Amino acid sequence: MSDILEVRELRAYYGQVQALHGIDLSLREGSVTTLLGANGAGKTTTLRSICNMIRFTGAIRFDGIELSTRSTEKLVRLGIAHVPQGRGTFTRMTVEENLRLGAISRNDERAVTGDIDRMYAHFPKLKERRSQQAGTLSGGEQQMLAVARALMLRPRLMLLDEPSFGLAPLIVRDLFGILAKINREDKVTIMVVEQNAELALELASDAYVIETGRIVMSGPAAEISNNEDIRKSYLGY
Amino acid sequence: MELLTNQILAGIATGSIYACMALSVVMIYQAIDHLNFAQGEMATFSAFVAWQLMRWGIPYWPAFILTVTISFAAGVAIERGLFRPLANASILTNVAGFIALFAIVNSVTGMTWDFTIKEFPSPFGSSQFLGSELINSHQAGMIGVTGLLLAFLYCFLGFTKVGLAMRAAVSTPESARLIGINVGWMVALGWGLASSIGAVAGMLIAPVVFLEPNMMGGILVYGFAGAVLGGLSSPAGAVLGGLLVGVFENLIGTYVPGAGNELKLPIALALIILVLRFRPDGLFGRNVVERV
Ligand SMILES: Nc1ncnc2c1ncn2[C@@H]1O[C@H](COP(=O)(O)OP(=O)(O)OP(=O)(O)O)[C@@H](O)[C@H]1O
Ligand SMILES: [Mg+2]
Repeated sequence: MSDILEVRELRAYYGQVQALHGIDLSLREGSVTTLLGANGAGKTTTLRSICNMIRFTGAIRFDGIELSTRSTEKLVRLGIAHVPQGRGTFTRMTVEENLRLGAISRNDERAVTGDIDRMYAHFPKLKERRSQQAGTLSGGEQQMLAVARALMLRPRLMLLDEPSFGLAPLIVRDLFGILAKINREDKVTIMVVEQNAELALELASDAYVIETGRIVMSGPAAEISNNEDIRKSYLGY
Repeated sequence: MELLTNQILAGIATGSIYACMALSVVMIYQAIDHLNFAQGEMATFSAFVAWQLMRWGIPYWPAFILTVTISFAAGVAIERGLFRPLANASILTNVAGFIALFAIVNSVTGMTWDFTIKEFPSPFGSSQFLGSELINSHQAGMIGVTGLLLAFLYCFLGFTKVGLAMRAAVSTPESARLIGINVGWMVALGWGLASSIGAVAGMLIAPVVFLEPNMMGGILVYGFAGAVLGGLSSPAGAVLGGLLVGVFENLIGTYVPGAGNELKLPIALALIILVLRFRPDGLFGRNVVERV
């Protein structure tokens, strides 16, 4: 399989402070990759760099296209959906408007309506609440909405920043089940940042571990979850 | 009773102008979190443009539409040229920008068209509306045109793709960019719309107050009052606030003994402060409890 995303020598900065010190990553097309690490390790910063939301140096190529010269709103149109940490829901708009917004850069209005119905099939709760303001949904429902909104782009690559944050274990299982299904059926490549390493490694085929802005470990997810030393020293379980 | 109805209808007529100004102010406030003090001067300038076009022989309605279009372009240009570069500057820098804009537009208007008052035509005339004693036809026209304008905006913002993108961009810019919306252009579009709405207000009120470079000064104060009363977070609230201020103003002028023309403004404003004392987000302002 070819790599859909390639990150080389990524160094990112918040003002004078350097947050990433040369990250290298490759995502195989159609895979699920997880990026693990402690608080403040640089996971969010890595995703933000991919979407060009922060100053960085290095190369980031999507399908061979260099992303660093494209603005955030333009590179989204290549098919990169980003569910940011804290979901980024449009809280004052209805559930259905949020879904429509996910497809706002598409030009096939007809198909959009069909896709909204598909999302309601994936997430029946959202259908019940379709005309409710998104801000009034529960945390779990909002997370579902964020994922559904990202899918409305018909993305080729989906970046998820801690989708399990604040969700009850059962809901997390549900959500990860849906992600696996989306990956399998719609061939969406997924990169998921997680604190919940155990579950993420179950879902993912590849894994990277990041510590203070550097990749300290990478390989097949199964290998990493089977290695007790890594688990103990980096993943804390 | 007839006096009351009459005063309320007249209040709604001037109130619809305040409502337009309130709406312009709120549109820009939502996009960039600043109050545009120059909104009134921009509207005055637009009214002068219309006046000039008519002097050149263009009939009223084509001149009206041309003015709305020119104002839209000017609003976009002001955002691109002046306020976009200030987007990350401090509040005070922005305030200075608005004061500069106010002074520049005001003096350019004065220099171009001088400060003598001019008559501005009304396409509706000033006879009694449908023979009724309650309201004249220009007042009815102000209400009608404002109503059409609001209906258009409601459909645009509520039911079109660009309207949806615009609302998303001003409510949560970061997320909007992540779904492919060009937030910068949406803010510029907001300026263009605000400027067009102000132009409509200016052209509608000019026959009543006469055209001169400072004609919108007092009206913008009422517009601000309406926006604050209705809630700066809510375009619909701003419109209702503007209408209420218009009605208040008239009723106070008529029924409060001795209020007359001099005191109705302070009394109306005092009443608004009283309302805000109990509803700080305005009558219709949303103070949604958002989950984090
Ligand atoms: N806006 C910011 N300004 C300055 N420094 C920042 C900013 N955001 C993050 N940082 C710093 O960059 C480093 C990496 O942060 P990042 O948000 O990428 O961590 P993370 O791995 O996503 O952590 P978490 O699991 O807590 O979300 C941290 O040291 C953090 O303090
Ligand atoms: Mg993070």
